[in-house]
Amino acid sequence: MGKHKLESTLEKIKSTGKPLFIPYMMAGDGGIDQINERIHFLEESGASAIELGIPFSDPVADGPVIQDAGQRALANGTTLKIVLEEVRKQKDSRNIPIILMTYINPIWNYGYEQFAKDCDAAGVDGIIIPDIPMEEEVEIAAQLSASGIAFIRLAAMTSPDERLEKIAQTSEGFLYAVSVNGTTGERAQHEERTLSYLKKLTKQSKVPVLAGFGISNPEQAKSLAAYCDGVIVGSKIVDFFHQGNRGEIEKLIGDTIHS
Amino acid sequence: MQSYTFPDKLGKYGEFGGRYVPELLMPAVLELEEAYEAARKDPSFEAELNNYLTEYIGRTTPLYEAEQLSKHLGGPKIYLKREDLNHTGAHKINNTIGQALLTLRMGKKKVVAETGAGQHGVATATVCSLLGLECIVFMGEEDIRRQKLNVFRMELLGAKVVGVSQGSGTLKDAVNEALRYWVNHVDDTHYIIGSVVGPHPFPRIVRDFQSVIGSETRQQSLEKQGKLPDAIVACVGGGSNAMGMFYPFVEDTEVALYGVEAAGKGVDTNEHAATLTGGSPGMLHGTFTYLLQDEDGQIQEAASISAGLDYPGIGPEHSYLHDTGRVAYPSITDEEALEAFQLLAKLEGIIPALESAHAVAYACKLAKEMSPEQSLVICLSGRGDKDVEQVKAKLEEDSNGKA
Repeated sequence: MGKHKLESTLEKIKSTGKPLFIPYMMAGDGGIDQINERIHFLEESGASAIELGIPFSDPVADGPVIQDAGQRALANGTTLKIVLEEVRKQKDSRNIPIILMTYINPIWNYGYEQFAKDCDAAGVDGIIIPDIPMEEEVEIAAQLSASGIAFIRLAAMTSPDERLEKIAQTSEGFLYAVSVNGTTGERAQHEERTLSYLKKLTKQSKVPVLAGFGISNPEQAKSLAAYCDGVIVGSKIVDFFHQGNRGEIEKLIGDTIHS
Repeated sequence: MQSYTFPDKLGKYGEFGGRYVPELLMPAVLELEEAYEAARKDPSFEAELNNYLTEYIGRTTPLYEAEQLSKHLGGPKIYLKREDLNHTGAHKINNTIGQALLTLRMGKKKVVAETGAGQHGVATATVCSLLGLECIVFMGEEDIRRQKLNVFRMELLGAKVVGVSQGSGTLKDAVNEALRYWVNHVDDTHYIIGSVVGPHPFPRIVRDFQSVIGSETRQQSLEKQGKLPDAIVACVGGGSNAMGMFYPFVEDTEVALYGVEAAGKGVDTNEHAATLTGGSPGMLHGTFTYLLQDEDGQIQEAASISAGLDYPGIGPEHSYLHDTGRVAYPSITDEEALEAFQLLAKLEGIIPALESAHAVAYACKLAKEMSPEQSLVICLSGRGDKDVEQVKAKLEEDSNGKA
């Protein structure tokens, strides 16, 4: 469980030569009963791991699609506590690693130590916190480490080399390479410099490097995955779920990994 | 008292403050810190800033003895620090001129800002016009409705005003959108934040630029009465006028400091903005500070008759000063602020901003416990012209309700 499960699962897929594909879904969007159901669907569709978003009232790193999904999830009564309880229920009946993506304030209010313990109990394997840069990570990192949960760091294209190196070397599970200078959401294309940035990180990182933000179709996913170990797709998956268009999700994942 | 050296190197005031922002923004935040440190050491920066403060903004602002108000209340001698007399009608421009000069030093050509009442937006649009910077201002739809004229002012000054409909459509949501815009345009854009909030070094930079209020008050009080005031009262939303007023007095423990929060319809209702009275610590907009939030850490809507105080957070330094007890943070309801708004207009011929009216209202209460040998300074952070239409509607509504 935890960090080891996430790292070994990703390494195993990587060794087959296929790109890693981690879809993001907003927990509680479509109803709390959809949390485990959608996890199961994404696992069946060929996802390598699942990034499960915890809704927050003020998500400054997110574009409009994920903002709206978060508002819907909050309106459904979704809380961090409820999500952990739901995820725990199906702990033994899934193999796919689960990663929580949450802003720091809900964790702070939950209590860092309790959060790490409850994540472990629920079979959560990794955590992504978009508003914790290395300057603020010490306390939460210590609690996650004590519970064996992978603390996945985010790298940005604006980060100077010495920061990138440090981020790449400390990240656990995988390294989340933010591949646009902006918030989450669809982009027509990625810049040239994104590719050299991904190559650099892949060289520096001990764990797999996944590109995320702005990826919405298999062509983009494949072109970025050629320079790192895989991709994370958020807004597009959230959008397809909201429209009830699951076929497109299967196609997006399938077309990316079976190339 | 030991000498006061906050923030520390990590941008903390005790446990408060810090930099809770995406990695994407960290380089910009660090660049700003470096640019600010360099500017502080550069005498030409200070000279340039002082020149604008004097020649363009109209400083020094008076420390005016409000004799009629003092007589009416029968307590201490009351002084008004007249920040309403600054160019653009509020203290906000003390900060925007400083940050716009920093923007130029960093070689950036574009500025993004958020605004609640519109005062910070106008002050930002003004200095951008003056210094040839492109300016985009995010403003909640609800605030646009409440402050139509300020929207037109910003547009006249060449700024682009973008309405924000997310959330409650007020200041908090405008900050979110300004932060997102900054995330998306960080290469060529500086974010001129309007209060002592946000990630380090913003709370410190805004405090330092606003400290001209307290420094002048200190000197003027010594000149006029040969001593420091016994009490100082300022309103607090994010808390920039209060922080600028308090900071030069923090080590003068004989001076009692009061930061007045907006109690809206009452702190025991769900409709208020009294963060320190009714909130708990957490992380929002890049800083660790007191917030209005539920037990799951979701930020709640603030509510106040005054758009400028309608914010569910507060500057981290205020949280520190609250917890250490150096500053007291009482609160004033919408109704009390409205009374003070009219009182100051009738007694002194000065129409205060609704924000500042909260400070006036608390000073009226405090004066009852003080004696004629004592003195009390109210930070009159802005003029009330922007609020006249809203107050008229509110008073008409109230009198119709009672009839």
